Amino acid sequence: MKRIASSALCTALFCVSSASLAATNLVIATVNNGHMIEMQKMGKFFEQANPDIKLKWVTLEEGVLRQRMTTDIATKGGQFDVMTIGMYETPIWAKKDWLMPLKPDATYDIDDLLPSIRDGLSLNGKLYAAPFYGESSMIMYRSDLVKKAGMSIEDRPSWAHIRAVAAKIHDPAKGVYGICLRGKPGWGDNMALITTMANSFGGQLFDMKWQPQFTSKPWKDAVTTYVDLLKNFGPPGSSSNSFNEILALYNEGKCGIWIDATIAASFVTDPKQSKVADKVAFAQSPIATTERGANWLWAWSLAIPKSSKQPEAAQKFINWATSKDYIKLVAREAGWASVPTGTRKSTYASPEFMKAAKFAAAEGTAIATSRPNQSTLPPSPYVGVQYAAIPEFQTIGVAAGQQMSAALLGKVTVDQALAVTQQAAEREMRKGGYYK
Amino acid sequence: MTRLLPRTLLTPAVLAIAIISIVPLLITLYYSFVRYSMLAPGEHDFHGLANFHFFFTDGAFLPALKNTFVLMFSVMAITVVLGIALGLLINDAFPGRAIVRVLLISPFLVMPAVNALMWKNMLLNPIYGLFAHVSIFFGATPIDWLSEYPLLSIVMMVSWQWLPFACLIFMTALQSMDKEQLEAAGMDGANYLQQLRYLYLPHLGRAVSVVLMIEMIFLLSVFAEIFTTTGGGPGFETTTITFMIYQQALQSYDIGAASAGALFAVLLANIAAFFLMRVIGKNLAK
Repeated sequence: MKRIASSALCTALFCVSSASLAATNLVIATVNNGHMIEMQKMGKFFEQANPDIKLKWVTLEEGVLRQRMTTDIATKGGQFDVMTIGMYETPIWAKKDWLMPLKPDATYDIDDLLPSIRDGLSLNGKLYAAPFYGESSMIMYRSDLVKKAGMSIEDRPSWAHIRAVAAKIHDPAKGVYGICLRGKPGWGDNMALITTMANSFGGQLFDMKWQPQFTSKPWKDAVTTYVDLLKNFGPPGSSSNSFNEILALYNEGKCGIWIDATIAASFVTDPKQSKVADKVAFAQSPIATTERGANWLWAWSLAIPKSSKQPEAAQKFINWATSKDYIKLVAREAGWASVPTGTRKSTYASPEFMKAAKFAAAEGTAIATSRPNQSTLPPSPYVGVQYAAIPEFQTIGVAAGQQMSAALLGKVTVDQALAVTQQAAEREMRKGGYYK
Repeated sequence: MTRLLPRTLLTPAVLAIAIISIVPLLITLYYSFVRYSMLAPGEHDFHGLANFHFFFTDGAFLPALKNTFVLMFSVMAITVVLGIALGLLINDAFPGRAIVRVLLISPFLVMPAVNALMWKNMLLNPIYGLFAHVSIFFGATPIDWLSEYPLLSIVMMVSWQWLPFACLIFMTALQSMDKEQLEAAGMDGANYLQQLRYLYLPHLGRAVSVVLMIEMIFLLSVFAEIFTTTGGGPGFETTTITFMIYQQALQSYDIGAASAGALFAVLLANIAAFFLMRVIGKNLAK
């Protein structure tokens, strides 16, 4: 059976590969967001420098990309030479021996990578994916509205304080909503935020025995807070909003407070797309009882699958795309405000960047304080802040996300939603053989 | 000999069909009894009935079963009733009938995913959708359809997609109505309702059976509309068996459980087809 499947696959692949010409075709799977689209434009510079390599891009939406890559790598398809993977996949796939350890050249300066990002992309001290850009989460708020309300938002405010400010500036009649948060179901959508909230209440995803903790008090408090905030001071239709939808609302001046990816800062402060570019201020994510895991950590990174047909060319491309020089190249071509951030100390040491990006300091702090291997107050067996780097987590996260959106819509109570999530999580862990 | 020749000539076709349909089914059957997760590729060790157990005890299973049938039967009812009404409306000649007919058919040619995106963004969006504008015009609060009434929204989309198909079948069926019989009924003083009851509807019986048969086969596997709008949520409200199989295969990467689910779906389709065949078969035999 397996032979039939693999021989069919080989035939298909043979047809694909026999079409390749003398120049090496490097197939790169990547995700369709701003920085990656920029990388495709910059690709011509790489091709000029390496005339024997032609870049072929496969650009997909995050969820679809993940499916395609997982399917390809699990069936040893070999469709891609370079894959764009997140911090969640990297340690899992490295452990399964699906990725080649990276061997950057001498000019790469591997110690320039931010330590928390490097940790999240390494296994046993070896780097398996090179960070293209990194992000954490932070508060982005409208300084004008907050000032008018006679209040202020400092770094690490309490959730209660955030609620008080949101209540003060909530003015739906004028089209301004107190707070905008992700509500769209998905482990990388609403669950990313909710998990950091639960962490800040002193919660965790699993205890040291791998028992899911969704019915614990910190989770109840966090989800109750989340539902309460959005129900009372959020925009309508929150349950289908994720990053891009809220970004559009924020740029139209409809959100008072937004807690989301640091990468958003470069968009909301860009006068070309944001009506409130000069009225945005930043603060470190809110906390309840602990700072640990209160802001997430994520990096889109480039890795070479074991099935890559062009490992040398792939390594060459990765060296180029995640180097200091690439950042300088983007700065020259598109301006310092558009460079991929959150990967290198040298970026934050550049005076031009710090001048061009008023969010740089807040972003740097957020990334530096997020520690994937120490993300919860009680000890946890997993690595990751807003996720657990185990294969079972995706399913659990998807199921949890659906329940949270149902709770947000008031279709089920918070307790019911968490109980269903807990059950689904326990099933999945049992299926994965963590316990009987 | 005379028997043998046609059969021999038929074998290539029969074999081709067998390979196309039976082999994938056998592979699915094999996968459903082994432990096969894409996240842990390796040996497929025998798993007994565990895949079936996990699929049937999934929290989403019962809601999915319910939703599959609710979706299927609502769309069937809506398309048959509205299809007959529309078919009767455009049965008589009027200026511009040809154009109206083309417009009526067009939704059927729209791809399911495009249809879903159109509904989601242009009609149902609570902030800038058409329905929201209409309700604001009348001073009402816009409804966030996809989160308040998710399954109803999906039913609307799929019905819109399948209405032209039903309408087309009924339209052609009405063309073959016996005109003399209708005239005679008119002469005898039968009003329109009576004509509808005793002439039109019995005449359309066979067409209705055909529409139900074909729709059932396709509606069991509705996927694109759910994938592009609600993603099976909120909660399990729009998760169908088809969507559940997708989730098992491509979100949990559990090919074993997905195969078990797929076999269940095959069984479901066969049971439904069996009953429908009996009911409709009687109807067609008349």
